[in-house]
Amino acid sequence: MARAADTRNLTMSTRARLARRRWGVFYQERIEPIFLYSRRNPSLIVGLAMLGTLLLFTVIGLLGYSQLEPHTNDPSQNSRLDAYVSGGAPVGDKRMPPSWCTWCEDIVELEGDKKPTLFQYPMGTDTQSRDLFATNLRGIPLTLGTGLIAGLLSVGIGTVTAFVAAYYRGVPDVVIRLLTDVGISIPGLLILIIIRIQLGTELLWWQLGAGLAAVGWVFSSRTVRSQVLVLREQPYVEIARQSGMSGLAIIFREMMPNLIPYITASFVASVAGSILASIGLEALGLGDFSSPSLGMTVYWVIQFGAITLGMWWWWLFPLAFIVIIFVSLFLISAGLDEWSNPRLRRQV
Amino acid sequence: MTTTATRRNNPALNTKPNSAVAFIAAFFGNFIVQRFLLFLLTVWVAATVIFILPRLTGQDPVKEKLLLEAQRGGSVQAGMNEMAKEYSARLGLDLPIQEQYINYMTDLAQLDFGYSIAYFPRTVNEIILDSIVWSIGLMTVTLFLAFVLGTGAGALLGWSRSPGWLSYAFMPLLTLSAIPQYMLGLVLMFIFAIILNWLPFFGAYSPGNLPEWSLGFVLDVLRHAILPALAILFSAVGFWAIGMRGMMINTQGEDFMIQADAKGLNGTRIFVRYAIRNALLPQVTGLAISFGTLLTGAVLVEVLFQYPGLGNTLFYAIRVSDFFQITGIVMTIIISLAMATMVVDLVYPLIDPRVKYTQS
Amino acid sequence: MVTTEQETHSSNASGDEEFALRVEDLKVYYGTPRGTVKAVDGVSFNLKQGERFALVGESGSGKSTLAMAIMRLTREPGHIAGGHIYLNGRDVVDMPEREIRSIRLREMALVPQGAMNSLNPVMRVGDQIIDGILDHVSSGESQPNRATLNERVHDLLVRVGLDPSVARLHPHELSGGMKQRVAMAIAISLNPNIIVADEPTSALDVVVQRQIMQTLGRLQEGLEAAVLLVGHDMGLVAQFADTIGVMYAGKLVEVGSVPDVFKDPKHPYTKLLIESLPSFDISRKFVGIPGMQPALLNLPPGCSFNPRCPSVHERCFSEIPAFLPIDGRGVACHLYDEPVIPAEVGASADGTSIQRGEEATN
Repeated sequence: MARAADTRNLTMSTRARLARRRWGVFYQERIEPIFLYSRRNPSLIVGLAMLGTLLLFTVIGLLGYSQLEPHTNDPSQNSRLDAYVSGGAPVGDKRMPPSWCTWCEDIVELEGDKKPTLFQYPMGTDTQSRDLFATNLRGIPLTLGTGLIAGLLSVGIGTVTAFVAAYYRGVPDVVIRLLTDVGISIPGLLILIIIRIQLGTELLWWQLGAGLAAVGWVFSSRTVRSQVLVLREQPYVEIARQSGMSGLAIIFREMMPNLIPYITASFVASVAGSILASIGLEALGLGDFSSPSLGMTVYWVIQFGAITLGMWWWWLFPLAFIVIIFVSLFLISAGLDEWSNPRLRRQV
Repeated sequence: MTTTATRRNNPALNTKPNSAVAFIAAFFGNFIVQRFLLFLLTVWVAATVIFILPRLTGQDPVKEKLLLEAQRGGSVQAGMNEMAKEYSARLGLDLPIQEQYINYMTDLAQLDFGYSIAYFPRTVNEIILDSIVWSIGLMTVTLFLAFVLGTGAGALLGWSRSPGWLSYAFMPLLTLSAIPQYMLGLVLMFIFAIILNWLPFFGAYSPGNLPEWSLGFVLDVLRHAILPALAILFSAVGFWAIGMRGMMINTQGEDFMIQADAKGLNGTRIFVRYAIRNALLPQVTGLAISFGTLLTGAVLVEVLFQYPGLGNTLFYAIRVSDFFQITGIVMTIIISLAMATMVVDLVYPLIDPRVKYTQS
Repeated sequence: MVTTEQETHSSNASGDEEFALRVEDLKVYYGTPRGTVKAVDGVSFNLKQGERFALVGESGSGKSTLAMAIMRLTREPGHIAGGHIYLNGRDVVDMPEREIRSIRLREMALVPQGAMNSLNPVMRVGDQIIDGILDHVSSGESQPNRATLNERVHDLLVRVGLDPSVARLHPHELSGGMKQRVAMAIAISLNPNIIVADEPTSALDVVVQRQIMQTLGRLQEGLEAAVLLVGHDMGLVAQFADTIGVMYAGKLVEVGSVPDVFKDPKHPYTKLLIESLPSFDISRKFVGIPGMQPALLNLPPGCSFNPRCPSVHERCFSEIPAFLPIDGRGVACHLYDEPVIPAEVGASADGTSIQRGEEATN
């Protein structure tokens, strides 16, 4: 009987200690794991940091550049940002190298008084004397936006179809499985080429995104469906079902938390895939010709033979931005892989 | 690939061997048949999508284009007029849609893609035959090399007994896989063709050289193929390496790997016969899925290097809106892809004893 | 048959030949981001040639970790942090990788836990028996030819009670029990004198479990090998083993011969384990063990069993009980050792444990 009292004392004192250390516990259980995790899984953090830096650069660049005076006296241009449309430089300033590049003058033979002053054209101009800094600043959000729309739609459609297939089983499951099996073996990009050609109109950035989602959702659907099938057989889902929980409640309360890593990974993968495909389509000449997206810049680079002209600034900067986008998405998805598949962690 | 994978994961097969043997026999007895049906279905769906979607808009840019070309006059005008008439008669929008569809499918079944608009009177098939040789040569070699090199690299990277510096050495390679092939091509072209001037930057052989079976010409072709091949290779090697690395790590967590160690087997045997042999299976399944993505990337590399393969031909067809040629090339690529995927799926049971065609 | 720590130390020089396996103060730790998990913490025991020794404990008590450490198969992030494992007189702990590989299968063999997945799914059963034999051909011997090997495979399969034609099958064509028999055939292929059986019957149904244990017993008798059987089923283990060791939270808490331990369990945990065995005696109430095994990262001070122990007293909160010999057996419990004077308590325990000890007395 003395022992019973002892145990009660013990638990009470434990509780008191816990209460006193609540913030300690909060740190230990909520904050510390993030640090521990980022040490174990640096690729996720590095990837997010790269993408964040790129976005920050774009936002600051856009805000700053829109305040600057245009290069011309053309009243239709309010700021240097408009320069991509009609070419911002005074006539005669064709293919201007970046203003800080002293060794580039050999390439373009500048007239003495046309020599750009410091930061006049931070990334030079193309052969149409479009300001490439403005072009890139406008292009990054366009390209990312296309990928984002395609990614969101793909994962949305993919998740819903995966749940419909797993929940109703039977005929819907067979149809959706067949559709994804077939869809995966048809290269979506080629279908898009045909559609775009037959439509005869140029696709705006968000239409391109929607088009990419229309052919890309099969990949998300496949990933999520296979995971839903695994979860469906889990004991806790079985218990929830037998205790009379509704289908939607099971999906959102029991399955969703475990699916989040896979859905997120699938989202990142489909954003990356869509950006890759969108740049490809645009490089083939199927983009919006009035848009300065990164893919269209690549198209112009190939069209005008910028490489053979020696105009490295025309392609190097968009290339660098594209590389940053892809490498950061790659690192994020590698990090997410480790999140959803803990076995991979040990090895990194 | 999907069918085999799902069957293999079916737990019912593993728990009851006797009924499982009967079940596998019943299913894989017509596995080949089923796989061929899936191939037909894939091609049919692709063809139907290409047929239906443009018709939803109610416009007929093909006809407009044909009429435009016919009006332009010149020596081929008569032929163009004929073509426009035939097009209206067989696929014109004023026809009932089912009739258009039947005509369209009949042509497709005969692999008849009609005349090229831009290069009339050449047929699309002639143009495709000219260019597909170059594509097949470039793609099969590079994609095969990439698979072998990448899988090997990934196996070493994922092996827990590999030296630690290895993962640092391969880091740049893995990052390369994240960069689109044509971007990589751009950089390679700039460095090796423009700055260093070591290699040619366009075409499949030097202009003025005529295709012939001589050593000089073969060397010329190889020199021209190096840069586009490297562009495809770099990115694809990383892709396979990443996949294999993950599978190796997963495989090493399996019980049979611990048991292999407990048996005191020598390290090489465990690495090759136990780890790689098992990790390779999903890689091969992945091969089928990744063909499409890798191939589309390679199409753009061809455009960049003006390599006279299917991709480059497609690019020029797009520029002049040569609808018949575009459809022909796209369908050719889709059919070859579906065939490659089917071959991989049919070969798969040979390397995975758990999947069988028929009862032995 | 069972020797406690003191005896082990005194018999160091003479006892080497006698014992097939001698484990001395073995420590296996796992480094985790949150701290070190002491999965096996100072375990000592001996195995004579031909002895059947069973290790029992709840899952997470460190018994499988111990079995793997004896095979030197501890994997990252685990490592052997101290102690010695003498196998036929030679210390395995610091042995170079090459040497340990040649010893495995030849001198000690593992019958694995998850027989379901412990065979390579893409290799024929016969080849999996053969490759072990092939990799242990020492440099002096000539490479055995295919016919000899096939004969050996045939012989081994018959010995474990399988049809020889099984050699041509792939693992997925076998049932769980058959796979476990194949695993045993591999284990005895080079006549080892120590067999480590790590829960060989888990995931098998009861009838098959019995058959497997009988086969294992028969093989052990044929080889006169020492067997270390790891299990959590006291009943199954009792029918097989001569000696039993009970593990709790990484420590060996009691060792004794099977009849002794079952007749008169010393440690409160062993008592509860035996009481919790289901019985046909309806009048007896079914008893479980209250509470859960503590997380190894966060062990209570003093005896790890103190939160669940029915006979807990002051010293249990401050002092870790030593493993002591008692009546030819061994037990680690404060109920059986001499009381210690309070001054030593303060010296040996840290502040919190004293505080906790005080609270307990209040």
